[in-house]
Amino acid sequence: MNYLPVIGFEIHVELKTNSKMFCGCPANHFGSPPNTQTCPVCLGLPGALPVPNAKAIEGCIKLGLALGCQINRESKFDRKNYFYPDLPKGYQISQYDQPFCYGGQFELADGKVIRITRVHMEEDTGKLQHINGITLVDFNRSGVPLVEIVTEPDFENTDQVTEFLKEVQQIVRDLDISTADMEKGSMRLEANISIRPEGQKDLPNYKVEVKNVNSFRFIRKSIEFEISRQTKLLQSGEIPLQETRGFSESKGETVSQRRKEGSSDYRYFPEPDIPPFILAQGYIDQISKSLPELTRQKRKSLVKEYGLNPDIAYILCSDIDMYTKFIQSVKSQPDLASKIANNIVNNKSAQSIQYDQFIDNTIIEKVLKENYRTILDYKSGKQTALFFLLGQVKKQLPTADPNLIKQTLIDKLRQ
Amino acid sequence: MLNSLTVTRALEALRNKEISAVELTQACLDQIENLNPRINAFLAINDLAISEAKKADIHKPLGGIPIAVKDNFLTMGLTTTAASKVLDGYQPVYESTVTQKLRDAGAIIIGKTNMDAWAHGSSTETSDFGPTRNPWNTENLPGGSSGGSAAAVVADMCLAAIGSETAGSIRQPAAWCGVTGYKPTYGRVSRYGVIAMASSTDSPGPITKTVADSALLLSIIAGHDQFDATTSPKPVPNYDLSKPKRLRIAFPKEYLEVIQPNIKIQILAAVKKLEELGHSVEETSLIHPKYSIGVYTIVQRSEVSSNLARYDGIRFGHDRSFFGAEAKRRIMLGTYALSSGYYDQYYAKAQKVRTLIINDFKTAFSKYDLIIDPPSPSTALKIGATQNESMFGEMQDILVEPSSIAGLTGISIPCGFADGLPIGFGFIGSQFSEELVLQVSHQFQEITDYHLQKPKI
Repeated sequence: MNYLPVIGFEIHVELKTNSKMFCGCPANHFGSPPNTQTCPVCLGLPGALPVPNAKAIEGCIKLGLALGCQINRESKFDRKNYFYPDLPKGYQISQYDQPFCYGGQFELADGKVIRITRVHMEEDTGKLQHINGITLVDFNRSGVPLVEIVTEPDFENTDQVTEFLKEVQQIVRDLDISTADMEKGSMRLEANISIRPEGQKDLPNYKVEVKNVNSFRFIRKSIEFEISRQTKLLQSGEIPLQETRGFSESKGETVSQRRKEGSSDYRYFPEPDIPPFILAQGYIDQISKSLPELTRQKRKSLVKEYGLNPDIAYILCSDIDMYTKFIQSVKSQPDLASKIANNIVNNKSAQSIQYDQFIDNTIIEKVLKENYRTILDYKSGKQTALFFLLGQVKKQLPTADPNLIKQTLIDKLRQ
Repeated sequence: MLNSLTVTRALEALRNKEISAVELTQACLDQIENLNPRINAFLAINDLAISEAKKADIHKPLGGIPIAVKDNFLTMGLTTTAASKVLDGYQPVYESTVTQKLRDAGAIIIGKTNMDAWAHGSSTETSDFGPTRNPWNTENLPGGSSGGSAAAVVADMCLAAIGSETAGSIRQPAAWCGVTGYKPTYGRVSRYGVIAMASSTDSPGPITKTVADSALLLSIIAGHDQFDATTSPKPVPNYDLSKPKRLRIAFPKEYLEVIQPNIKIQILAAVKKLEELGHSVEETSLIHPKYSIGVYTIVQRSEVSSNLARYDGIRFGHDRSFFGAEAKRRIMLGTYALSSGYYDQYYAKAQKVRTLIINDFKTAFSKYDLIIDPPSPSTALKIGATQNESMFGEMQDILVEPSSIAGLTGISIPCGFADGLPIGFGFIGSQFSEELVLQVSHQFQEITDYHLQKPKI
């Protein structure tokens, strides 16, 4: 039997507002010493009360609008009650049945439409650090504004997933509401993955949640792994367990973290400390008008107005300098659009290659000079010596292509 | 005795240099030392009270006035426990908005008063530090949850006190102790730094010797607070106590029904006095107050179950084994009411009935200026009355729960005695009608002397 994947996403985006969601502490917590950006509110001390951050709510609504959502004219916060040591109040302030944004649609390049269930506002938790058998809590992140995007289980393959996730990241950056940096956790992904026999309309009776994957490449790998793991199980007559799995980067596999017995009971109820919101249409219109032109809109208009190849349009729009140069040049000679675009793109790549190689040579020579013993090791047949040298170069050129470095090293060592 | 002065009179005496703030404060401290072993109204005394009195600026609105504060308000330098062993010895790291405003107005916070643990109750008997006793008869309860504040005021251990009401916690102990208790509109006074009980109804307010003192204190503690999103931006009036115009006042027959026979005569006599003052009093019909008990119980327990989740002993205070029986009961009931499958049946339904009650009051206030609402159906009950009565508070607060869940304002003022115990009378006003409630109550105190009577202890 042929199986097809059913994939949905929950994406958390940390907003880069000046202050936290419900207090005046700074929202940017990266690199600050633990527990230096806290106050009674984000520490959940007795008597402290949350006051919502209007700028964050505006960011949430911007994102909702950019993802084609409807905006709830009447909205409110709710308490999601659960115990965890990184959650100082014993509940997270989130949104339950009246999120700010709902019912969005997002069209992918292949015409596939991904339905956006909701885009809502909540607060981040603190961070646990397990050190030498004890657990420490850092509350700097507690109360940082967090937007959650929930999609319907509409993805059918990893290409759609990758495209969508990259688009969301680009939109968030276009809107300038978050760095959407996956390595720093400003953008976090949770995939719900299951598979069903080809032709089946109903959703599968189980789903596997894959969490804490912090790159597009790994999320793709983890989904591919899950599809093949679940297919094998179903083919042998087993139903995959309803569970949360993580991704082991070293093994390239997902690993079981927690069994999910039914759904947790979070005892949601309206947050009594924050009055409900009644959003004026004028306010929503104002936000709508303030949205910048999104990269995906720019791409579309380049293809439509100048008849550019979609791939060229994609490259042009990925770099603001190239895009500006193109728009300026094309004004006077619109009929040469394709040629101008090709020239800009080719020039740029030629420049960047020369640049990299020049630096490589200086640094490689420096590294070789400093590691004379390692060169001897290599010459006596130790292959690991080459990787050590590669590592030394990579440290100084973190963005350089490792294969290029390796080839250059081998060439140099032959001399 | 200086400690028996009203705030208004003491301010005058201070400014005329008849007395000093140190003398006034010392008189209160002496009274506390003398009576607290028997009354147990205070859980903590401010050791710096005298040195603060020495520095007091008597030109400030409350300059040099010793005020007692319920132990659920966070006060820097004074332990704050909400009368629960979970927070035994807890030293707050910030100041509540209300106490900050009092301090800024020159008041001296003389100490922290006893209460039902976490404000769960109407007796002060559920305090983990022993019950407060009613100064009129130490065999009786003071009411609660602000029982320590009410007892401290009537026993002249302070000039005035601050309490907090979720449903009756200011008005009921004021009635049982024979003092004036003012429950402001929800959102009129900031809850920031008040250990939360039921967030959607908690209202801090004054407990005083006279209506005039309540008006003065309220004018200082009321107002918008950037740290409490539920406070109203409406400007705070001066609470001018001039004679009100001829008012249309309603007396709901369902409320009269609930009142015990032994105090009905005095309540009706008070109604008569209103008519003598030129107001018209008409019988009216409101949703029976018994329905409010169900609504309040569900909403309050639900909010409590969430509000107390942070007291896990990990970061401050003691662990959960230190919770008393009443808190545990409320946490369990609230957790149950919010559980999936029960939410619609309990919480959601309670909110619907709450809306009906709010609308019922709206209709009444379109016809009437004020509603008569005696806060308690009886006088103070005996110590021990709460034993095996898990719904004690709710039954005692039947007459104040409707106005509390509707977020209205109300007052309790003394209107007589039965068997040597004070009887409370009162009014409910529409949201933000504090001035009107205070005016008519002040007018009542101008022609009566019940509020001037003192227990012999």
